[in-house]
Amino acid sequence: MRAFVVAVFVFLYLPIALVVLFSFNAGHHASEFTGFSVQWYGKALSNPFLVEALKNSLFIATTSALLAALCGTAAALGLQRVGVRTRALFDALLGAAIVVPGVVIGISTLVALVQLFAVVNPFLASLWPTDQPPRLSLGYGSIIAAHGLFSMALVTMIVGTRLSSLDRNLVEASSDLYATPLTTFRSIVLPQIMPAVIAGFLLAFTFSFDDFIIAFFVAGAQTTLPIYVFASIRRGVTPEINAIATIVLCASVLLVLLAQWQLGRRKPSP
Amino acid sequence: MRRSLFRKNLVTALLLAPATLWLVVFLVLPFVAIAVFSVGERAPEGGYQAALTFAQYANLPARATAFWNTMVLAPAGALACLLVAYPVAYYLALRAPQRWRLILLALIVIPFWTSLLMRTYAWMYILGGRGIPALLAYVGIEDLRLINTPGAVLLGIVYGYLPLMILPIYVSLERLDRRLLEASADLGATPLSTFLGVTLRLSLPGVMTGFSLVMILLLGEYLIPTLLGGGKVFFIGNALVDLFLQSRNWPFGSAIAITLVLVSVVVLIVANRISTRLSGARRVDLI
Repeated sequence: MRAFVVAVFVFLYLPIALVVLFSFNAGHHASEFTGFSVQWYGKALSNPFLVEALKNSLFIATTSALLAALCGTAAALGLQRVGVRTRALFDALLGAAIVVPGVVIGISTLVALVQLFAVVNPFLASLWPTDQPPRLSLGYGSIIAAHGLFSMALVTMIVGTRLSSLDRNLVEASSDLYATPLTTFRSIVLPQIMPAVIAGFLLAFTFSFDDFIIAFFVAGAQTTLPIYVFASIRRGVTPEINAIATIVLCASVLLVLLAQWQLGRRKPSP
Repeated sequence: MRRSLFRKNLVTALLLAPATLWLVVFLVLPFVAIAVFSVGERAPEGGYQAALTFAQYANLPARATAFWNTMVLAPAGALACLLVAYPVAYYLALRAPQRWRLILLALIVIPFWTSLLMRTYAWMYILGGRGIPALLAYVGIEDLRLINTPGAVLLGIVYGYLPLMILPIYVSLERLDRRLLEASADLGATPLSTFLGVTLRLSLPGVMTGFSLVMILLLGEYLIPTLLGGGKVFFIGNALVDLFLQSRNWPFGSAIAITLVLVSVVVLIVANRISTRLSGARRVDLI
């Protein structure tokens, strides 16, 4: 049995090892190792298209994860204060946002936004005084919103779980001691749910950063890193892609370790 | 009193407003949009033309291969995943030394958080002409094609979803009351019948969670069949990408998307039923 488990670990890490190995390839192809070199790291970081895609991905992931963390936490707090029916409705919608396949989220958002823009853009144009009215189109906004949908549902669930295990006595004690609701929230509730919020943010970030299929549909003219990588797999990969992947791999392992640490951290009860 | 109640409701509404707006605009409305599209017609230049027809749904058999591949390879992939995952979860939960357990668990999770695109690409290399087939050619096995076969897609599936299958099974095995295993052995059960009657039985909820999770995600899979199936083994996801981005037949694509969601819902309901029955049966058995 131990041999089997070792074999599974080899199976899991072999492709990752290959990706990292070929990032140090001296040759021009990601398929034939001809010698050791770090040149591709330099080339990757000076390729404007690749850097642009990386920057876009970082921007989109940060923004959607931030929005998701804010709205998701607010929603989790709000859901503590509503009746059973409203709660059930929200839970169903949040569950749907998580379960519906990414490919369906992508196409349905595309369809809905294209229709919406077809109505809104002429309307804007008719109102606008000059010849160059603002035109809504697919891009950063649509990717952020579509990624944020899944992430927000995720954050709401994680923070909600944390809230339901929160010690109510502390909240009651705080208000018995004449703390305002806001003070109680700041000094009792927030510190206890913060690890869940941060973990949710980091999970949301890694999801958005790694997502291909949703962005593929709603990106419009923008390029994210996974879209760039997908396109270059079609064209033939140079070790540049391996270099970027290795950098991203190290960064995301760090992020995940941070998330695990945050989620596992228990504040000592006062 | 009345004022403070009003204030309380206002705060609740404000807390829920952004999430509600998001869910309505980016989940409910898009879903309504593709539902409407799915009963429409394709405009001559592509896109959508208003209509009320079930012609798109009647046309679903035109993409029967994609449905067939998905409906065969998704359960098969989930099953293969389960067969690999179970021994690993078992080892981690019941056999691994305590101090190694968390490290091994982290090592299972880490690949999952690195780009699936790059990892699947690495398999394209391993299974492609310069990978395993080249090695096999040395020992005299020539002309073996691995990439772009259902087997390659299955391998990619096991690879990509293994952590998701291991974790729930691990959790259910970890919670297992060890005294039950001892009791079973004391009562003269062979190790095999202890495993079948106690261990496997009590871990079934975890198995069901993992299986339905992987299965649901596989129904919408696109990258693995695209990269490792190379256009020969395609899923519903591939049909959707083709219909929306290449041939621009949006109404037909919408009908397929709605069907995919319905299939997912049915799978979830069935999985839920089975899980409830399993855990119900367990409760009776324990009393």
